[in-house]
Amino acid sequence: MKVITAVKRVVDYNVKVRVKADESGVDIGNVKMSMNPFDEIAVEAATRLKEAGKATEVIAVSCGLSQSQETLRTALAIGADRGVLVETDAELQPLAVAKLLKAVVEKEQPQLVILGKQAIDDDAGQTGQLLAALLDWPQATFASNIEVNDGTATVRREVDGGLEIISLRLPAIVTTDLRLNEPRYVTLPSIMKAKKKPIEVVKPSDFGIDPSPRLKTLKVVEPPVRKAGVMVPDVVTLIAKLKTEAKVI
Amino acid sequence: MTTLVIAEHNNAQIKSSTLHTIAAAKQLSNGVHVLVAGSGAQPAAEAASKVEGVDKVILVDAPQFADGLAENVAAQVLALASSYSHIFFPATAAGKNTAPRVAAKLDASQISDVIAIESDDTFQRPVYAGNAIATVQSSDAVKVATIRTTAFDAARVEGGNAAIETAPAVADSGLSTFIRREVATSDRPELTAARVVVSGGRGLGSKENFALLDPLAEKLGAAVGASRAAVDSGYAPNDWQVGQTGKIVAPELYIAVGISGAIQHLAGMKDSKVIVAVNKDADAPIFGVADYGLVGDLFEVLPALTRSL
Repeated sequence: MKVITAVKRVVDYNVKVRVKADESGVDIGNVKMSMNPFDEIAVEAATRLKEAGKATEVIAVSCGLSQSQETLRTALAIGADRGVLVETDAELQPLAVAKLLKAVVEKEQPQLVILGKQAIDDDAGQTGQLLAALLDWPQATFASNIEVNDGTATVRREVDGGLEIISLRLPAIVTTDLRLNEPRYVTLPSIMKAKKKPIEVVKPSDFGIDPSPRLKTLKVVEPPVRKAGVMVPDVVTLIAKLKTEAKVI
Repeated sequence: MTTLVIAEHNNAQIKSSTLHTIAAAKQLSNGVHVLVAGSGAQPAAEAASKVEGVDKVILVDAPQFADGLAENVAAQVLALASSYSHIFFPATAAGKNTAPRVAAKLDASQISDVIAIESDDTFQRPVYAGNAIATVQSSDAVKVATIRTTAFDAARVEGGNAAIETAPAVADSGLSTFIRREVATSDRPELTAARVVVSGGRGLGSKENFALLDPLAEKLGAAVGASRAAVDSGYAPNDWQVGQTGKIVAPELYIAVGISGAIQHLAGMKDSKVIVAVNKDADAPIFGVADYGLVGDLFEVLPALTRSL
């Protein structure tokens, strides 16, 4: 079976972004960009399915600027066999990405699509579920374990208060949580090998999809700043402050 | 026009996340209806009908809703959606799982993690781990949103007297099957609903040491949380994780022990009313958001704190 993983190029998680002075967005010029961490887990999960003989081919798909090819190269270095870039300069919102991914899925006919549960830039956490609904496929979000057998996927999900195990009829959508795996360290030979793997570039118009944003961003501002507190010398002072000043204990 | 709130419940009771979501819905100049989709969920529906500000409760009771499978719940919401201008889910694991399936079918751009409602079509939401707040406007016919529960005070559980109406259930999708749940039972309050949260980080050093938080949490009636570093190191279960990709909490008192304060962690707790930080590193970023900071060895501070309470 084919497995598709979706990868997004985002501001690296170590970068603290700044809001632009004109409040139009955050300044991402000249900052380090990386693959969304949850997507790395997704590529690793797909690669492990291939290594276990469950998957025959792993296709990494990204939507966005041409620089997303670098992100696809990282996916290919982890272990994906080929890449597809749906290239557009448009500001992409989750619904548009889901529509683009649906078009790729319909063309490639995978049995499983694995995505990160959330991108760490827009923090929307929607794309996997949107895609599942558009395809009328089952979904398992926040996965911490995936087992594929005989046309079904059994997935352990991280939910409030613990874990939940559900079974999905394939084809299906899975989104990854942190504990699913620890992505491998990408070695130089695998990076060199990845350079030879093919990346197909397509446009939203090839699928007849208008990727324009639907939610209008009116402004983006800094969050309110918490005022600095005080340092206390010892536990006795701390308890006294919590009792008499903050009145929380 | 009316707002439909999708209740999170365990069939017997509604969860506090539902109360916060109802409170958000009340901010719109609309009526508020609450959907209770469950199995044997009459008690939950009755509880919802008593919540202040609820105009009507819709109860859908069928076995296929027993375990909250997203495919079935989303289909049920869609069967009712045409009567509503807004559909709100709590931004919890369950709400986040289901809401986008509804939005996709309505061809609506979902607004995730709403922290403020400016008008019927304009909402504020955090992006980049809360390092920026975006104000977004939706032109969709039905606005589908998830509500960050910590941003809205809970609606009162009494004072309402809404009618309970029963609606026909959609069929089981057959796409997914619930197998089992492994839920840790605890006498402690739920992390997102607790008045006090005691959280530990990598500074605790081991799973055994992490248990040192228990006596303090016990004395304070607190929930225990963890940083991602502590979860990644295996000191604490994943559902204790507080932060951008874990739980968002805003208790009266948040005590961070051995947590350095990465931006991803701060995103999950910086709206707490009072923050206490204990760390041996005086330069730890956690002190930048703490109301009270104590530089010291947590292995001495923790027992001393517990003893003094």
